[in-house]
Amino acid sequence: MLLISPPTYIAAVLFVSLMGFLYWAILRGMINTPEESLPIVQFLKIFWIPVFFVVPLLTMRSVAGERSTGTLDTLMTTPTSRVAVILSKFSGAYIFYMLLWLSTLSFPLIASKFFPSAAVSGSLLETAPIIGGFAFLALSGVLFISIGIFASSITRSQLVAGMLSFTTLFVAIIGGQQLGNIAENGAELAFWASELVNYLQIFEHLDDFSRGVIDTRPFFYYISTGALLLGLSTLVIEAKA
Amino acid sequence: METTPSIRVENLTRKFGAFTAIQNVSFTVNPGEIVGFLGPNGAGKSTTMRILSGIMPATSGSAWVGGIPVANNPHEVKQRIGYMPENNPLPDGMRVVEYLRFRARLKGVPGRKISDTVLDVMETCDLARTARRKIIGTLSKGFRQRVGIADALLGDPEVIIMDEPTIGLDPHQIQGIRKLINNLRGRLTVVLSSHILPEIERSCDRVIIINRGRVVASGTSDSLREEFLPGKRFNLEVKGTEQSVTEALKTKGIETEVLEKEISDGDILRLSLRAEGHGDLGPQLMAALSESTDCTLRSLAPYAPNLEEIFLAATKRSWEETMDSPKAIAAVKA
Repeated sequence: MLLISPPTYIAAVLFVSLMGFLYWAILRGMINTPEESLPIVQFLKIFWIPVFFVVPLLTMRSVAGERSTGTLDTLMTTPTSRVAVILSKFSGAYIFYMLLWLSTLSFPLIASKFFPSAAVSGSLLETAPIIGGFAFLALSGVLFISIGIFASSITRSQLVAGMLSFTTLFVAIIGGQQLGNIAENGAELAFWASELVNYLQIFEHLDDFSRGVIDTRPFFYYISTGALLLGLSTLVIEAKA
Repeated sequence: METTPSIRVENLTRKFGAFTAIQNVSFTVNPGEIVGFLGPNGAGKSTTMRILSGIMPATSGSAWVGGIPVANNPHEVKQRIGYMPENNPLPDGMRVVEYLRFRARLKGVPGRKISDTVLDVMETCDLARTARRKIIGTLSKGFRQRVGIADALLGDPEVIIMDEPTIGLDPHQIQGIRKLINNLRGRLTVVLSSHILPEIERSCDRVIIINRGRVVASGTSDSLREEFLPGKRFNLEVKGTEQSVTEALKTKGIETEVLEKEISDGDILRLSLRAEGHGDLGPQLMAALSESTDCTLRSLAPYAPNLEEIFLAATKRSWEETMDSPKAIAAVKA
């Protein structure tokens, strides 16, 4: 259903054009002022902008739409397990989300074609930050898409699902950072609290990954929370089909 | 019992908060039967069907489909049931054949059989030539309904449950759906609900009337007629008075009750009456009235009350009375 519904393509077009524009803006900024980090690293730093609108657009229909048209009922009468239903909804959205991100790899490729000198110096297509950054995107995507699926599974209205997933994503991404800021601004936190806050720093995770430091804690954070949310979604559609 | 009934329901109750949707519903459906579920809106038809198809758990009571308890083994039950929900929700963006293939895969039809199975159900539902590649959103209501039935037939179920399959259709389409249901007769057990009474009467072997969440009556329309509207009914036209007719019949030992009367064309009296007596009442009435000197018989026609009247009679009784009357209990057991 994802591939034949218009919101999918709207999300895709918005995503690619916005990201293209941002990449261009980053490159332009680099002409004027020298920067320490590579363009791709800067580019991946703003991953949260598209996440805020692409994830809700991709996932809000998934369960809520089926519920409001009633096709969830017909789905439930087939001998398909509920886990399979939720997992397929998740993987559909997740694969599409990753495809969108992979399409942004064309930006550095295009840029290197037009600026061969920069390409030779390796600043456009440095493999390590790209691999690290995309590993981060793949991992955090699990959590983000699960948030969207869960939001969609608890309501009948796509609008509510969209708003819910947007706000939850906002809290998860920006809220963690804000907590981190509070902690840095001098407030003495107990050891466990500061550990917890560090654990929730999605931006820090990105930094680590794009430097090539792959820690197991973010793995655990994204996968376990994602699995928890998907499990809850399964229970929800089991209870109120 | 030699054969396992296709559906057995015992004391099924479902509550939504303080509201009791169905209470102590019990019935059985035998293999190959076409059973109509009849009841006013909000009587609990859909709730019962949803419980049977395993979408919704019951508050108490048990249900078996093909001998398998629905609550313990919903997965197994779903393989034996084809369910078409109320309003027949379909994804508007897909093509008919795509949708049916997708559903066949979901229902666990093995990969190499999918094309054949889908073609088969499309033939049964008369979709193969006309609407194969059409987009579901552009189909007329009758065709949408056929797609729903085709979907219910996929995966070779033993029992088909259809919630209001003829709702919102025009008479031609209703006839088409009725033919379709007739084609299924004998092959499958069909349970369908409706509040369109002639519909049920024509296509079903047996009727279960449900009102306010309770089974009020169950049986063939003949047996229900016998139970709720006993006696034979006749429409007659006579020249004479009502009194002359009843007296002429009384002398022959036929008890009558006039249900309706109407005078037309000056002196012609149209009566509809209920008669009680033994043997074939028609000729007896004819003989009695032709012997009478006070009235002349112009026409006499036996008249079987339709399901609508039975339904009204059955649902009119207050439900406490209905539940406790030995007749109703016998009817439920039947």
